[in-house]
Amino acid sequence: MIRNLCRLLFVLGALASFVARAQLTIEIVGGGATTIPIAIVPFANEGTFPLSVTQIVGNDLSRSGLFKLVDAGGVNPRPARAEDVRYGDWTSRGADAVVVGSLTPLSDGRVEVRFFLLDVVKQTLLAGFTYVVAPAQLRATAHRIADVIYEKLTGVAGVFSTRIAYIAKQGAKYELFVAEADGFNPQSIVSSIEPLLSPVWSPDGTRIAYVSLENKKPVIYVQSLATGARQVVANFRGSNSAPAWAPDSSKLAVTLSKDGGSQLYLINADGSGVQRLTTSAGIDTEANFAPDGRSIMFTSDRGGSPQIYRLTLANGNVERVTYEGSYNVSPRHLPDGKGFIFVRRDGNRFNIALQDFATRQVQVLTQGALDESPSVAPNGKLVIYASETGGRGILAAVSSDGRVKQRLTAAASDVREPAWGPLVK
Amino acid sequence: MKRLLVSALCAVLVAACQSTPTTTDAGAPVEERNPSAVGATGAATTGTSTTPLTGSPTGAAQANPLKDPSSPLSKRIVYFDFDSYVVKDEYKPMIEAHGRYLQANRGARMTIQGSTDERGSREYNIALGQRRADALKKMLLLYGATEIQIETVSFGKEKPRRDGHDEASWAENRRDEIVFVGE
Repeated sequence: MIRNLCRLLFVLGALASFVARAQLTIEIVGGGATTIPIAIVPFANEGTFPLSVTQIVGNDLSRSGLFKLVDAGGVNPRPARAEDVRYGDWTSRGADAVVVGSLTPLSDGRVEVRFFLLDVVKQTLLAGFTYVVAPAQLRATAHRIADVIYEKLTGVAGVFSTRIAYIAKQGAKYELFVAEADGFNPQSIVSSIEPLLSPVWSPDGTRIAYVSLENKKPVIYVQSLATGARQVVANFRGSNSAPAWAPDSSKLAVTLSKDGGSQLYLINADGSGVQRLTTSAGIDTEANFAPDGRSIMFTSDRGGSPQIYRLTLANGNVERVTYEGSYNVSPRHLPDGKGFIFVRRDGNRFNIALQDFATRQVQVLTQGALDESPSVAPNGKLVIYASETGGRGILAAVSSDGRVKQRLTAAASDVREPAWGPLVK
Repeated sequence: MKRLLVSALCAVLVAACQSTPTTTDAGAPVEERNPSAVGATGAATTGTSTTPLTGSPTGAAQANPLKDPSSPLSKRIVYFDFDSYVVKDEYKPMIEAHGRYLQANRGARMTIQGSTDERGSREYNIALGQRRADALKKMLLLYGATEIQIETVSFGKEKPRRDGHDEASWAENRRDEIVFVGE
C-alpha cells in the first residue's frame, strides 16, 4: 500500500513530461547561465526495449542544468554509428555535440549497447563505448553514458550513476531510502516508528551509518547495503549521534555525551576503540572529515554562538572557521578541499551557503526559509539539502555556483536528511 | 553504603558492556527493526530497566507516589525559554520532590529526555536537547539524586509535542521530560 502511494510522477521541465514510478519528483527551478546544446539521437533498436536509454540520458543531462537538448527528430537515415553522422545535419540545428548509438540483443539474453559522442564544432569523435549488459542493467547503463558525456563536455566527473539516501516520514513511520540519483528505484533499507536521522555513506559505498531513536535515545548504527545486516556502533549512556566517516571508511567521528556534554570522539566502524577528540565546556558536534582525512570540521558553541571550527588531528589544534553571523552549523567539505558548504541563519531564515577557505568569502546558495542538512555530490558540483514548502519536507539541490536549482518532492510523505553517495567506480 | 558500592560496581560493569563492540543483528534486510531484539539491546546497554522500584517510602500497599496526581512527582515536564537551558524557578518544588524521591529510593532510575523546537540543524538540536537534560539532572543531583540514577538523552527536534510552526508550539516543544524506568 505504502509502496503504491510512493509511486510518483517523474517530471522533467525541459522535456515533455512522462510518467514513471519513482519516489521523488524532480523539477528544475533554475538553470545555468550557459548550456551546451546537445542532440541525442534515439538509439537503433531502442523501441524494442521497455525503457528508453536515450530518454534517461537526456533527462540526466538536462536535469544537471548544464545542457540544452536539441531536437534530434527528422534526420534520415537516422545515424547509429559515428561514421553515419553528417555534421551539417547538426550544425544547422545549433547542436555543439551529438550522441548516436544502438542496442543489439545478444543470443545469451544480454544486450550490447554502443554509443558515440561527437563534437559537431570540431567534427571529432569524443567518446565511443560498448557495454554488454543484462536488460535489467539498461537504466544503470544509461546513467553511465550520461556520466561519460558530462565528463567529456564539462571536464568534471558525472554523478548520474551515484545513489542518494534520504529519510521519508509517512504518518508515524520513518524510512531510510536509497535511490538512484534521479530519484528512481527507491528501496527502503530500514523502517521504524521512531525517528531516523543523519544517514551518511561510507566513502567506499558499502555501508550507511545513521542515528535511530528506536531505543528511546539516539543510537548510531552502521548498516551493510549488500546484506541489510546492521551493527550498533555507539550506544553509550546518554546520546550518540552525528556520525561522519573517515575517508578510508574504517572509522567514524561521532558525538557522544557519555562523559558529560556533547563532545567529538573517534570510533572504529565496528564500534570498538573509542577515542576522545575534543574537550570543551561547550557543544562540539556535526563532525565532517576533510577529503585528506587530516582534519575535521565541526560545529561548536565554545565561543558563545554556534560556529564552525576545524580540528587538526595530528596536533589537536582547533581554529575557528566562520565569523560572519551568529549561527553557522552543519559543515561539509567540498571534495576538492578548497571550501565547505554549511547552514547559516540570517534572521529567522536558515540557508545553505558556501565558504572558500582561502578568501573566507561566503556565498549564500539558497533562499528557502528552513534549508538544512546539506550533502555535497562527489563531483562537488551539486549540493542536495532538505527544505520545506507548505509545511512539508522536500529535498532540493543547488549547484555549488548557486545557478542551477532542482526540487525533489515525494507525494504523501515528508522527505529530509539527504545524503549523496560516492562515485561509482 | 554497601548497597551503594554494589550499584556503583554494577554501573562499572554496565559501562564496560557498553564499550564492548556490539554484535551484528543479521536478519531481515528491509524491515530492520526487530522489536524484541532492540528492546533487549536497550535494556542491556542502558543498564536501567532491570531494577524494580524498591523501598517506596509510602509502603507497597499505598498508592505509588509517582502516579498520584496530587504529588509533585506526577509532574514530569520542564519547559524552557528560547535558546535557554536555565531551569526556571517555578519548577523548583517539582524538581526537589523528584530529587528527594531518588534519594529515598536508591533503586529508582530515570531518564531525562531533552527536546528543542524545530528551528535549526537536527544534529545541533540533539546537542541542545542534551544540554537541557543535563541542566535538569544537575539540579536533581543537588537535591540528593546520584549520577547512576539518571540518564540524560536528547530527542533534539525529532519528537515534538506539538506539530505547529508557531511560537506557541515551539514553547511546548522546548522541554525536558522525566521518565522513570519501569513505568
